[in-house]
Amino acid sequence: MLKLTVNGKVASFDGDPDTPILWVLRDHLDVTSPKFGCGMALCGACTVHLDGVPIRSCSTPASAAVGKKITTIEGLPAKVGKALQDAWIAEEVPQCGYCQTGQMMSAAALITKNPNPTEADIVGAMDGNVCRCGTYHRIQKAVVRAGKAVSRAKA
Amino acid sequence: MKKPISQTGSVLQDKLESSNRRGFLKSTGALSGALVIGFHLPASNAQPAAAPQVANAFVKIDAKGQITIICHRSEMGQGVYTSMPMLVAEELEVPLSAVKVEMAPSAPVYINAMLGGQITGGSTSVRDAWTKLREAGASARTLLVNAAAETWKVPAAECSASNGSVVHKSGKKLAYGALVAKASTLKAPEKVTLKDAKDWKIIGKPQARLDTAAKVYGKAQYGIDVKKPGMLIASLAQAPVIGGKAVKVNDVKARAVKGVVNVVQIGDGVAVLAKDFYTAKKGRDALEIEWDNGAGVNLNSLEIESELRTASVNPGAIMRKDGTGIANLDKAAKKVEAEYELPFLAHATLEPVNCTAEFINGECHITGPIQFQQGAQYGVAAGISMPPEKVFIHTTFLGGGYGRKLELDFQIQAAQIAKAAGKPVKLIWSREDDMTHDFYRPVSLHQMVAGLDDKGAVTTFYSKMTSPSVTARAFPPVVQNGKDPFMAEGSENLTYKIPNVIIENVIHDTGVRVGYWRSVSNALNAFAVESFVDEIATASKKDPVALRMEMLKGDTRSLTVLKLATEKAGWGKAAAGRALGVAQMECYGTHSAIVAEVSMTKAGPKVHKITAVVDCGTVVHPDQAHAQIESGILLGFSSGMKNVITFKDGRVEQSNFDNYPMLRMSETPIVDITFVQSTASPGGLGEVGVPLVMPAIANAVATLTGKRVRKLPLMAQFA
Repeated sequence: MLKLTVNGKVASFDGDPDTPILWVLRDHLDVTSPKFGCGMALCGACTVHLDGVPIRSCSTPASAAVGKKITTIEGLPAKVGKALQDAWIAEEVPQCGYCQTGQMMSAAALITKNPNPTEADIVGAMDGNVCRCGTYHRIQKAVVRAGKAVSRAKA
Repeated sequence: MKKPISQTGSVLQDKLESSNRRGFLKSTGALSGALVIGFHLPASNAQPAAAPQVANAFVKIDAKGQITIICHRSEMGQGVYTSMPMLVAEELEVPLSAVKVEMAPSAPVYINAMLGGQITGGSTSVRDAWTKLREAGASARTLLVNAAAETWKVPAAECSASNGSVVHKSGKKLAYGALVAKASTLKAPEKVTLKDAKDWKIIGKPQARLDTAAKVYGKAQYGIDVKKPGMLIASLAQAPVIGGKAVKVNDVKARAVKGVVNVVQIGDGVAVLAKDFYTAKKGRDALEIEWDNGAGVNLNSLEIESELRTASVNPGAIMRKDGTGIANLDKAAKKVEAEYELPFLAHATLEPVNCTAEFINGECHITGPIQFQQGAQYGVAAGISMPPEKVFIHTTFLGGGYGRKLELDFQIQAAQIAKAAGKPVKLIWSREDDMTHDFYRPVSLHQMVAGLDDKGAVTTFYSKMTSPSVTARAFPPVVQNGKDPFMAEGSENLTYKIPNVIIENVIHDTGVRVGYWRSVSNALNAFAVESFVDEIATASKKDPVALRMEMLKGDTRSLTVLKLATEKAGWGKAAAGRALGVAQMECYGTHSAIVAEVSMTKAGPKVHKITAVVDCGTVVHPDQAHAQIESGILLGFSSGMKNVITFKDGRVEQSNFDNYPMLRMSETPIVDITFVQSTASPGGLGEVGVPLVMPAIANAVATLTGKRVRKLPLMAQFA
């Protein structure tokens, strides 16, 4: 029996400890915002935070999360989460939208550390997240916008 | 001679045939025949008669005033979840923010008249809905106005609808909700008047997408997110070679995996069921299966290529002939010849194929990412031997479609597994399943010949395409006398004024299962045609833009987009070390021109900027029109630069994004898009961006390096 902390709540999981965090979240805990894209940490659709660090949940076993905090889009700190969601809405980023929660989790880690990222910073932080609809330009704009909102909130 | 396996994938065909028997589709011209549609709610969609409401197939208004608009096309990113309601809301005189959206069931009233089935594809959603949905909104509005007029005992002409209410010239006002009881007793008007374009408040104006918030809060439900009570997750082992069958199954080790609940066999393979995907997949990996891989085991890419070339010597169907065709080609002062080749491609939607099936009270409910609801209904019915009336289709958001989710294989598999297991089942394909069991974009060979007179004018243009026909597999009755109308997209509609033209298509079944892929043959033919026009320009020592302008004389729409795109991109003014390449065409009723700016690096060409100008007539949703063109360009770019599907002993050699790479942010060029202002009827948009980007890039590369790329993927030519 594993005890996992997901978005601040403790949940128990009695399946195979090798089960990737993605499937524990999706199939056992009904948290479906992280998406399955590749299963090999190649596309980033499954990105969640483990103690604030973005990880590919499709390739990280549940056992690795014991004693750590798993965060999904629903559990981001209010300021960062709202800044990102507002920015994504303002820039009308999503098309099919399937990759976007993963994109936003990568962006959340970036702007938490660095709310005024350069273009190179953004590309560096986001290049592991694939968008098949090709919304990259809007994602870049939304990251900048969200970062500014976070900066303003801090000031 | 190997037997083509492609017929084994003809679920669409079976489906359509059964649909035809039901009289839903015409037996010939299924995709092109227009059907007359009346507004009526099919019985399966009728609401319980408890509360009065104003309703037609596209809008419902209840007594509380809640307006629900039925979206009858699949939302796969292209924005129909917003653009369809925009058309209704415009005429209904309600703000878009006030409406709820519901996905339509499978029903004849939702048939796409441009395609002959309830299909989302062919860049037809807005074009097909353009009049139909505005009339649906106007019909409901007229009923409400008439109800108010009766209530007030005044002439209807003295009343008008505005912002969710009917207003009398005296200033009296009733909200729609208050008029529903009365309106529900009135007969729908036989004729309605649509608003003038100058009075539009919604169409052509900025509107927020209605699905954005759900998507960024993680609340949007995709097929893969569906959950039903007592549901199990299935992972399906399919034959390594498409079309193969399991002949011997030992599931002892699979059943021994902790958490595996059941193992069931269906026609397409063996499914392992568990409470989560990881366990189901682990159980599946423990299956011991002896496969009969079937005839497809002989498929090898080199052989496929050489057989395609062999087939290309056969005479094909003449899709277009102008003037004397090629009769006078020998008299040309100069002849230009070239061949172009494109590879098989996978769709690779980011949401892998998945579907949920549940049986309730003798009904089968299919919930998932579906592009062809009617096909799904009839396909599943046939696949589980149930009457179609007992099969109900529920469409979720699609995490990408591109044509893959038109196919019915996964819906039938889910239903068969759920039936065999006696439980609700969500079937999820792994990325590897998705990559290796696709319906691939067809491989193609294009042989082009042009004849020039002594002044360098093009007098003869000959395009011969040899390729598998998707339509011959999916909708066989549509292919008559060797003519697949979809194969000639991008060549038959050649916009250049050339006196003698022949467009010839040879259908060659390679044995590989093929499917429609965003922009279908437009992307294949446009690569050949627009690369070749540049080769003609080189041969006749003309500027590629000047040559195109010369051949487009009098075609205002084509000339306008070409002129504007080249001006914006700085044609003739490329920076040192860079070059520009151009391409233009008409497809889906939309004219567009693209200019690519490239440089060379050690790794091969680098694309810096794509400039696009588009004339799609009336733009319904400006921001999303922009998004669709950008998306199409980047999908065409992503695939054309790097992607290829190859076969070895019948097995697809690519499996995931490591060997079938997706475009990433760091590789994404600047994209500059402009729309031409127009009041013409809307053209298509969803696929328009795809076809021109690769020929424009190949043309720029040729200008820069002198190396003409005649085969995709482009980067493979620089490896």
